[in-house]
Amino acid sequence: MKAVVTVMPKPAILDPAGVAAGRAMEHLGLKGVRSVRIGKSIEIEVEGADEKQLHEICHDLLSNPVVEDYTLRILS
Amino acid sequence: MRVAVIQFPGSNCDTDCQAALASFPGVSAEIVWHKETSLAGYDAIVLPGGFSYGDYLRCGSIARFSPIMGAVRTAADAGVLVLGICNGFQILCEAGLLPGTLMRNNGLLFRCESLHLRVENTDAPFTSALRKGQVLEIPIAHGEGNYFAEPEILKQLEANGQVLLRYCDASGNVTTEANPNGSLGNIAGICSHGRNVFGLMPHPERVCDPILGGTDGRGLFQSMIEAVEKPKS
Repeated sequence: MKAVVTVMPKPAILDPAGVAAGRAMEHLGLKGVRSVRIGKSIEIEVEGADEKQLHEICHDLLSNPVVEDYTLRILS
Repeated sequence: MRVAVIQFPGSNCDTDCQAALASFPGVSAEIVWHKETSLAGYDAIVLPGGFSYGDYLRCGSIARFSPIMGAVRTAADAGVLVLGICNGFQILCEAGLLPGTLMRNNGLLFRCESLHLRVENTDAPFTSALRKGQVLEIPIAHGEGNYFAEPEILKQLEANGQVLLRYCDASGNVTTEANPNGSLGNIAGICSHGRNVFGLMPHPERVCDPILGGTDGRGLFQSMIEAVEKPKS
């Protein structure tokens, strides 16, 4: 099974790294930057896992539910 | 009394904690490797600072699944004192032994400096030898110390007196300027509802000997040691 997990800071959480990157984009001439949020993308290849198990891993290890949301995409 | 100092791969304040603890009479501090699974016979447990597992994924997120953490949880549930310093605090939050989490510093900088902390509550085994309102000077050294918890959790922490230390100025005023990382409520250290688990970002073990520039860290260890020894005597 191939899967991609995307972990993002929750909308209400300030992402200072995103803000800093946004400022750098403006500095490079990109106009009208309204929001930049930085998360993680995690690619997984695994044999024999079920989706429920992967969700548990996403919740317990790959994301911190206090401040982050994740999405799990099964590719194949 | 016997104190276990847990050593994770990447811990780097373990021997400092051991030395600070051993400087108190009658205290034996032993390094316990994270692959161990029992903490039987220890009167207190310290999770030291450092960069467990290289801070990969998130600070403390992998260490919380180390074999020893089952024993830490069992001990914490049984009322044994558990102290997490810096990365140890992050691990305790990841493990759910303390509420909330420690996010990236709001200024994005790794802050390594000595600063002031106000003792908010002495009704806890980790601060009982201190005075309420006392100002301590203790160094911090972290990039992820920005304490965050959901508003209702924060309200409970405040209502239960679980906030033990706040960042403040030299006179004890809790101000935005004195906050090095963006922590909600200038929180530098909190204890569990049962009061036997305590996490703080500053490093008290670094100021336990005058030769290192200060002794303001001793009161926290002193409190912990007295809390263990007093009931026995």
